[in-house]
Amino acid sequence: MATQTLPAGTQGAPAQTAAQDKAPAASRREPGKTRFDVIVVGAGPAGVSAAITAAKAGLSVLILERGDYPGSKNVMGGVLYRQPTDVILPGFWREAPLERHLVEQGYWLMSERGATKFSYRGEDWDAEPYNAFTVLRARFDRWYAQQAEKAGAILVPETTVDEVLVRDGQAVGVRVGRDQGEIYANVVILADGVNSLLAKSLGLHQEWEPHTIALAVKEIIALPREKIESRFQIEGDQGVAYELLGSISKGMVGIGFLYTNKDTISIGMGCMLSDFARTGIKPYELLDQLKQHPAIKPVLAGGETREYMAHLIPEGGYNSLPKLYMGGLLVVGDAAQFVNALTREGSNMAMISGHLAAMTAIRAHQRGDFSAASMAYYRDLLENSFILQDLRRFRKIMPFVESRHELITVYPELLAELLQDFYTVDSVPKTQLFRRMMRKIRARRRWTSVLGDLWKGLRALS
Amino acid sequence: MDVHAIVCIKQVPDTAEVRIDPKTNTLIREGVPTIVNPYDIHAVEEALRLRDRFGGKVTVISMGPPQATEAIRKCIALGADEGILLTDRAFAGADTLATSYALAQAIQHLAEREPYDIVFCGKQAIDGDTGQVGPGIARRLGIPQLTYVLQIDSFDPAAREVVVQRKLERGRQIVRAKLPALLTVLKEINELRYSAFPDMLRARSYEPRIWTVADLDVDRSQLGLKGSPTRVRKTTVPTPRQAGEIIAPATVAPEQAAQRLLEQFEKTGVLKEIVELTGGNAAHA
Repeated sequence: MATQTLPAGTQGAPAQTAAQDKAPAASRREPGKTRFDVIVVGAGPAGVSAAITAAKAGLSVLILERGDYPGSKNVMGGVLYRQPTDVILPGFWREAPLERHLVEQGYWLMSERGATKFSYRGEDWDAEPYNAFTVLRARFDRWYAQQAEKAGAILVPETTVDEVLVRDGQAVGVRVGRDQGEIYANVVILADGVNSLLAKSLGLHQEWEPHTIALAVKEIIALPREKIESRFQIEGDQGVAYELLGSISKGMVGIGFLYTNKDTISIGMGCMLSDFARTGIKPYELLDQLKQHPAIKPVLAGGETREYMAHLIPEGGYNSLPKLYMGGLLVVGDAAQFVNALTREGSNMAMISGHLAAMTAIRAHQRGDFSAASMAYYRDLLENSFILQDLRRFRKIMPFVESRHELITVYPELLAELLQDFYTVDSVPKTQLFRRMMRKIRARRRWTSVLGDLWKGLRALS
Repeated sequence: MDVHAIVCIKQVPDTAEVRIDPKTNTLIREGVPTIVNPYDIHAVEEALRLRDRFGGKVTVISMGPPQATEAIRKCIALGADEGILLTDRAFAGADTLATSYALAQAIQHLAEREPYDIVFCGKQAIDGDTGQVGPGIARRLGIPQLTYVLQIDSFDPAAREVVVQRKLERGRQIVRAKLPALLTVLKEINELRYSAFPDMLRARSYEPRIWTVADLDVDRSQLGLKGSPTRVRKTTVPTPRQAGEIIAPATVAPEQAAQRLLEQFEKTGVLKEIVELTGGNAAHA
């Protein structure tokens, strides 16, 4: 749990610079205020979380967002976790624009013509404080950013940061793509998303490798509420979330998803960029085929595609982390590659990393020290949190899966065949049936390979 | 030579997102994002250009609910110096007559301390499409009105004179008027600027001056619903435009395509109109 590792005193003494001139200049005759304690670049979950925590502690915070409004350019599958969000905004679920709270989550192992479904439904998840929610980012992020404004942060949308201003190896502000666009701050928090051109321009990371980035495509499909509720056996604001694995990714390392919103369904599929390049498969074709799968088609029937979106997901994990800080600067969220591809976690890491970055900024203001040594505290906080601990723990799993592409297809197919045999009553004696099933396993994969997969898979996780 | 330009703006529903209730034929305003009336934004831009050239100040005035503060902030972000919001229950339900009365009174009230040189409005609002408020204000202020302006040819604050081009159905009219004057402008009059960062920043927390009925010297019977003789008896939804005919070159021989095109021109009379407009020059083209 991330919260336990946080030092006490989030609400610490306001920084000296904060109180002096909080309100921007009132008249255009006077030059506008162009100095803040903290500048956050990007109004996604990471940036807004950083802004909320920093503003609540009394720092003057400016959030810069290139979209028309926060959320207009933001994409994720659509599951928001309660606990990490609760750390930043206690009780948020009572007011936030959420879609449904999840009462069931699971995996569907997809074969060519069927699916083996493995899921859990729990009554505990049906009551406050809930476990997770589905959200539409365009709505949620907008609301979330408003909470940062309520905490005192100033949000300027439609503004792109072109450059981080650096003096003597220390970040001192940013330059935006507008007239008189130089703005200064003690701490710049880069929450500029997966591409993080700013971190790259500072040399904090190289160009991402195609095998560390997934490309995900998603459709939001409109269906009447009653249809969604009857098809997924839910009622009220209950919702379900399934991850889809198997033949649907056509041998590529990837995963699909199916989430229920109030009156829409989010369905999507993401695979490694290197696999798309290798196979020449087009992402939208992959999604079209997924929608035609016999286990998916009936639940989408009659639906109308409302939105289509695509986004990159940084899945390189621990092995491709950028440098996370420099003097006067911290990198958070997708920009820092904080995604656990295996467990579908990203927005939670974004939020908590934003929170930890803000804690670092608050501490730096208390000490009046914004050097790299002071910023290194962020790394310590991350090391003590689930973020770096999990990413380190799972660092071998993606290379393992990538080295054995075929696993993603072989086992779901095999499972489907075995279950189909098992449930087919055809007057064949069971001894014969089991022998047939064994033969099928052997035909798909040698026993030694199966053992090897298991052994290496477990080792990759340990 | 400082110039004081006043711009009247209106917050309107974003028509790109507007839906119409099929039962009542009225706009569903709930949940529809609002924008500054697009013509009005160009009016603000034109005012800013005069200020940038001559120095001075741009004041934006709007009448509307408290939420219209957002529209004023948009203008501040563009670079306007000040915003005034007329907001009061007594203003609610105003038609174009009552609206132009309230705005004219506000401008007069402002002029007592800050005389103006020019007033800008958009040519019309995209939600009502009447184009009456601008002329209504000019009439009440007793100043010249120049509607459908697509260019300011010259502006001379010393000689108190402005020359503009007005767009008419078939051509342009060049008009000279004394200042102060009121101009209603088209989108073609200018290209919007990209806001400077300090203006963007200032807009985010800008609070307009709020004027209520009590702040103005007004005859209450001319305000709001009471002062509005307009009665809406019926509204209809415009029939969607039919898709045009496409004469695809891939399927039709060029001669036939040309023939078909000519027939259509004749049927609709559009060719005759072009010939008249160009004095016959198009016929040779």
